[in-house]
Amino acid sequence: MRYDSLLDAFGGTPLVGLPRLSPGPDVRLWAKLEDRNPTGSVKDRAAFYMVFAAEKEGLLRPGSTILEPTSGNTGISLALVASLRGYRLICVMPENTSAERRMLLEAYGASIVNSPAAGGSNEAVRVAKGLAEEHPDWVMLYQYGNEANARAHYETTGPELLSDLPQITHFVAGLGTTGTLMGTGRFLREHVPGVQIVAAEPRYGELVYGLRNLSEGFVPELYDESVLTSRFSVSSGDALRRTRELLKAEGLFAGISSGCVLHAALGVAAKAHGVGQRANIALMIADAGWKYLSTGAYGGTLEEAEARLEGQLWA
Amino acid sequence: MHVNLVEQEAMAIEVRIPTILRNYTGGEKSVQGAGSTLDELFADLNGRYDGLRGRLVDDAGESPASLRRFVNVYLNDEDVRFLGGLAAPVSDGDTVTVLPAVAGG
Repeated sequence: MRYDSLLDAFGGTPLVGLPRLSPGPDVRLWAKLEDRNPTGSVKDRAAFYMVFAAEKEGLLRPGSTILEPTSGNTGISLALVASLRGYRLICVMPENTSAERRMLLEAYGASIVNSPAAGGSNEAVRVAKGLAEEHPDWVMLYQYGNEANARAHYETTGPELLSDLPQITHFVAGLGTTGTLMGTGRFLREHVPGVQIVAAEPRYGELVYGLRNLSEGFVPELYDESVLTSRFSVSSGDALRRTRELLKAEGLFAGISSGCVLHAALGVAAKAHGVGQRANIALMIADAGWKYLSTGAYGGTLEEAEARLEGQLWA
Repeated sequence: MHVNLVEQEAMAIEVRIPTILRNYTGGEKSVQGAGSTLDELFADLNGRYDGLRGRLVDDAGESPASLRRFVNVYLNDEDVRFLGGLAAPVSDGDTVTVLPAVAGG
């Protein structure tokens, strides 16, 4: 396949069957390999869309500064677009994110502002909003509330899935900004009667929930509960175990958030299998495992890996 | 001893409490409760941990009581908002996890 530039080469990712993890011929799992995007994650779709939309609206001009709160992948995607289009990028990142993400951001020439580990991405959002107020000329694309994030999935991920798997019954993806689930979910609901949209949400160590009080909680502006059928909270231990199963059973070297998604998908699959219902379950592999090697997720015992991941933002 | 055993059997729903609400449970990470719905469970807990329910449930408005916006409650790892909210049925052996809503991405 040929593209004019790397920025045109996002999406169109493969959908591969997971025959060894599927419970039987009537209940099948299909993995959408989002690591096959220009910077290696699903976030290229949202980030490119957000930048293209901001350019179209005249918000971004050569030399502009982009500011974004991100735990990693969105920042890396924005860093690629920024470097090619001549923007400066400042990412506000919680300090408890993997070393590789920081190295990649720096390699692309982005700057990083650290936000405190306690409170996780909530703190990154708070710090970024503060910086945006101090620097009104900076452009915060704000992935949590930017309609172009969800639209990217409505216009690309959804149609790709429908075209590759017209008999799709379930879509399972990670819940972060909620953009993937909102956009893809809306598209599929409009085209596939009865389709189930299932969210898998990472459950981190206690540090990440260390808010000062409940009113500091956060629900992304993009989130619309009515798009989802169900939502599961997946512990770090379950996510790690499934990440390793994916590698061992199917040869798929995925990031830890994909283990989280697989855990929810296997739950859905077991339920369908138990009641003798046919199912074709598509699940999102948001990225590959490279960026998490330093976390020790793939080596030693599960208990050791889980202990190393305590307090880390792994999705 | 016998009384204790009976009590434990009757109160067999485990409720995991997030750090920021442990001032209501005397520092306990996990407490036990009873009830046939989430609403009943929270009312039962409030009898022993006064004020806890008010941090989880908003019943100030004219609409029926519902979970507070920044509170997520999971019944055996599934978000209760998709299981009927406060009316979600619960039973012995279930685990209920309360967490503040945090950002991802």
